[in-house]
Amino acid sequence: MTTYDQASWKDEDDDRHEPLLSEKANERVAIEDSPLPDDLTRDSLELPAPAEPALARHYTRLSQMNYGVESGPFPLGSCTMKYNPSFTEDIAARPEAAVHPDRPDRTVQGTLGLCHRLQDYLGRIGGMDAVTLQPPAGAAGEFTGIQIANAYHQHNGDDRSEVLIPDSAHGTNFATAAMAGYSVVELPSGDDGRVDIDALEAAISEETAALMLTNPNTLGLFERDIERIADIVHDAGGLLYYDGANLNALLGQARPGDMGFDVMHYNVHKTFATPHGGGGPGAGPVGVTEALAPFLPDPHVRQRNGEYEYYRPDHSIGKVHGYYGNWPVLVKAFAYITRLGDAGLADASAKAVLNANYLATQIPYEVPFGPFHHEFVASAGEQDAADVAKGMLDHGVHPPTTKWPETVDEALMTEPTEGESLRSLDQLAAAFEAVHDEDDGTLAAAPTRTAASRIDQVRAARSPRLSWQALDSDQ
Amino acid sequence: MTSPYAPHTDAETETMLSAVGVNEIDALFDVPDAVAFDAEFGIPAHGERGARREAAELLGQNADLTEFLGRGHYTHYVPSVVDDLASRSEFLTSYTQYQPEVAQGFLQALFEYQSMLVELTGLDVANCSMYDEATALGEAATLSQRVRSVSGETILVPDHLRDGKRAVLENYADGPGLSVKSYPMADGRVDIAALAETIDDDVALVYAETPTVRGVIEECLADIGVLADDNDALFCLGSDPIALALLERPADVGADVVVGDAASLGMGTAYGFGLGMFVTREEYLRQVPGRLVGASEDNDGRRAYTLTLQTREQHIRKERATSNICTNQAWVALRAAMHAAWLGPDGLVDLAEDCVTRANDLAARLDEIAGVQAPVHSGHHFREFVAHTDQPAPAIVDDLTAEGYAIHAIDDHLIQISTTEVTAEAVDGLVGAIAEVTK
Repeated sequence: MTTYDQASWKDEDDDRHEPLLSEKANERVAIEDSPLPDDLTRDSLELPAPAEPALARHYTRLSQMNYGVESGPFPLGSCTMKYNPSFTEDIAARPEAAVHPDRPDRTVQGTLGLCHRLQDYLGRIGGMDAVTLQPPAGAAGEFTGIQIANAYHQHNGDDRSEVLIPDSAHGTNFATAAMAGYSVVELPSGDDGRVDIDALEAAISEETAALMLTNPNTLGLFERDIERIADIVHDAGGLLYYDGANLNALLGQARPGDMGFDVMHYNVHKTFATPHGGGGPGAGPVGVTEALAPFLPDPHVRQRNGEYEYYRPDHSIGKVHGYYGNWPVLVKAFAYITRLGDAGLADASAKAVLNANYLATQIPYEVPFGPFHHEFVASAGEQDAADVAKGMLDHGVHPPTTKWPETVDEALMTEPTEGESLRSLDQLAAAFEAVHDEDDGTLAAAPTRTAASRIDQVRAARSPRLSWQALDSDQ
Repeated sequence: MTSPYAPHTDAETETMLSAVGVNEIDALFDVPDAVAFDAEFGIPAHGERGARREAAELLGQNADLTEFLGRGHYTHYVPSVVDDLASRSEFLTSYTQYQPEVAQGFLQALFEYQSMLVELTGLDVANCSMYDEATALGEAATLSQRVRSVSGETILVPDHLRDGKRAVLENYADGPGLSVKSYPMADGRVDIAALAETIDDDVALVYAETPTVRGVIEECLADIGVLADDNDALFCLGSDPIALALLERPADVGADVVVGDAASLGMGTAYGFGLGMFVTREEYLRQVPGRLVGASEDNDGRRAYTLTLQTREQHIRKERATSNICTNQAWVALRAAMHAAWLGPDGLVDLAEDCVTRANDLAARLDEIAGVQAPVHSGHHFREFVAHTDQPAPAIVDDLTAEGYAIHAIDDHLIQISTTEVTAEAVDGLVGAIAEVTK
């Protein structure tokens, strides 16, 4: 049984943790004698000015009050918090990789060559004919894919107004469709947790631009009827969009292109092990079939006469990032894929699926749907899933994603990834077990061993204080 | 080969399989035969050293040039302490702070980042990042549609906007049915009279930049603010944190939203990899896209930080969210904040002043070369300037490339040169090379 005490720097005199930089070392400088006339400059600037040793200590302490994949198990469902190999950082930091985006193509053949190779690798992995690397995150990839679908229909003189999305889908799917100007039609899941074919047939129409689907879905279940689903969507003239969030379940086992998907995004920060960086950066390359390739973002990399070059695809949707996307992240993904190759990638998915299935047998919570793959959704039953999560924090593990998808009561969406050993899975199971046996009062008071104890969310939202300036004015 | 990052021994795999009750891992995959993949990707595996060599060989094909490039992506020296601290795995390998009790460190760092942007802009609310400046501008455009005091469906941008930025904006404008139109620039900056003639009631948002894409410091920002106000439009200003350390505060010129690329702090040159800055007024708080870190209290009565106002976001509000953004650029924001703190206000202002004087000095030196007039625009410059060349600009750029220098050609006889962290020797070298190739 593992317990955990997170480092916690407390300032007992002022009821706070580590003071803000502004509370340690703020300085106001007046702008005078600048090379610009006074009417073009500000009067003064007040910002922290810590000496480097104080700066280093500040951020080291903050890092100690944070938890990453290298700290302990991180089975956050749908987020694929796998280990991020260190060597990929060294590759991304190479000085030759640090070039300006406006350099002529012929002076950045290495950069374009790497992009071209990564486009090719991702195409093979997803079963797609062409891949753009430009979208800077998964949601940006969704936006790109739906804009491509939109442009494709428009090009065919086909004005469609709806996007179909299962009720268990990621929130980004709904928001993306709305951002692209579509009405969202939500599909209720069937009793088995998968797409309800009758509901799909009832919803599909000449207005359907696309069906956005995650496979395996957010319950970890493979959509067994995927061929039929693809036929229904295609027969109605719609396109099938693959949300790549769960691709870590399928490497080497199945490919979206072979299932009938027309367009997909890859979350390289999930499947291809680039670090999540506390919320980003990620990258969300988009793969398409040959029919959709002319609509890819501008520019796209191709090889011609032995040289790599950018070109604008014939019916390009334009751009989704000011330059070429999140380049350093793409370099890390390239490095990871190059390291693992065919067999390593397939083994990653195999072990991810094994880990999820093993863990599910070791925890005291019921898992209502199966067979699942790289993640499962357990139900906390009579307990509050949010409290379960807080309780688990005291056992040195990061908790699962909670209360989502809503198709499971008090959901605990759990994705251990391939990176956890048998020993750490058992530690994780012990944390579930301990919290399961805890009384509600104790759980409501959890966590107690983390840097901060339970945080008042209502207070944060009721009177938002979003900067140190707002703290000064309120208190 | 197995994945080097899956730690299972064969014995452990057996133990786990028997606990699950199957004989082999393949039995766990519920994939119908018809869609099962039974071929190979054809991607060879490598040892770590081999993978590094593979990437190094590829990247080594990039030409080694001294860059005097800018136009939106800038090189500034990033101190080692930023790399060192930001690489700490508790930061780098963490996730979005859905469990704030165990993520106080990153939340505090993002809260500090937001606060720095509030000071630099004089506005009230900064989010903790968008992807880049172009997408932040796109989000500003859609925000203008959700703000009640604003009407109209036109987004007005300068005609000298970077193509990439405009193309991204067009995609964001597409869904809500906005049209993007341009107003004229003159002498590298906003032609305020022409803008006054262009703007009308149908304009929801006016966008301007300082410094402009040609490096000119905008002098009529307050007039733009008044014009926007008079037409019930939002005024969105594009800038960056280094320029804002010295230039007029956006709040003082009537800006409603400030966007920009804050990766000029903390990242250095990274092939356009950015950090979208998004700062606005308190009255638009509920319409802000992306994540916000706020202060609250924990059970022990201590100040603590958490993501807040999440009902704006896609994971709660779905199709009614303010944006679809989920993954953002948090780690880049962490780096930018570290860099800003390392510089301090004195260092930031000095750096900004250097951006003015270096551009001036280099322009003056180039102007002495026969066949080169620099700068072509009047007024003050920041980091970069445009020069006229009697000889064709593309040929000059080609010749300079052969000499080991990279600059922009922006028109038949216009070049653009950016001076950020280049050394005096590099500047001397460039001046000599330009003198040589324009002979």
